[in-house]
Amino acid sequence: MPGGYLLIESRDVFEGPTPFLELARTLAQEKREGPVTLFLVENGVLPTRRCPSSEALSALAKAGVEVLADEFSLKERGIGRERMIPEVKPAALDVVIEHMAAGKKILWH
Amino acid sequence: MPKKHLSFLLMDAPYEQARTTTGFRLVDAALRKGHDVTVFCYEGAVGLAFAKQVPHANAVHGRDVAQEDHPNPKDWVAALLTLAQEKNAKLVWIQCGLCVDERGVGECVPGAVRGSPADFLKAVESADNTLVIPTR
Repeated sequence: MPGGYLLIESRDVFEGPTPFLELARTLAQEKREGPVTLFLVENGVLPTRRCPSSEALSALAKAGVEVLADEFSLKERGIGRERMIPEVKPAALDVVIEHMAAGKKILWH
Repeated sequence: MPKKHLSFLLMDAPYEQARTTTGFRLVDAALRKGHDVTVFCYEGAVGLAFAKQVPHANAVHGRDVAQEDHPNPKDWVAALLTLAQEKNAKLVWIQCGLCVDERGVGECVPGAVRGSPADFLKAVESADNTLVIPTR
């Protein structure tokens, strides 16, 4: 199976621990496991708005993690591109299927 | 991208969590790309395909059944099974039999089949990739 991880974070950073942020950072630092993508979905997209919690996402992007946010979840919550930090890119849910089909290791939280 | 076999495990009961909607969206996206899909419904998720779900009116808002247009997940399951045929893809929708019996939801939409966790293991072993969407 090809290397690389897709971590799907569905939970809001304001409601409890989000261990995937730390996991993504660790995997990216290790580099041995291939590229790391963090896909935010449902309430997981809330910290994409510019706020103290979004700093962790910016740091992940700078560490080499691709940070994506589900377009549908963003739209549901009224989060437009103008409110988002630039390090996070809106993406269709199809990305998850593409990563699965490519054989990436995929985990949901 | 060549056709792949992707498997999913769903656990949440209907009408409760956004995870259910996302799970349906993922299966829909996989089928639209022509992939074969196995869905194993465990615990409360076996209620998704329960055939006796009925739409309801909304007296509080003064809407009748048609105006309320209340979505029932059994219809989404049926729609996904239809979509698979249209896309020449295979969708196997497995209901955990023990979970079904516990909840008394044995009547399922046509196309959903009864199985056991052993069938999920077989699906994982035969699939190119698997996503488990756990409940909290």
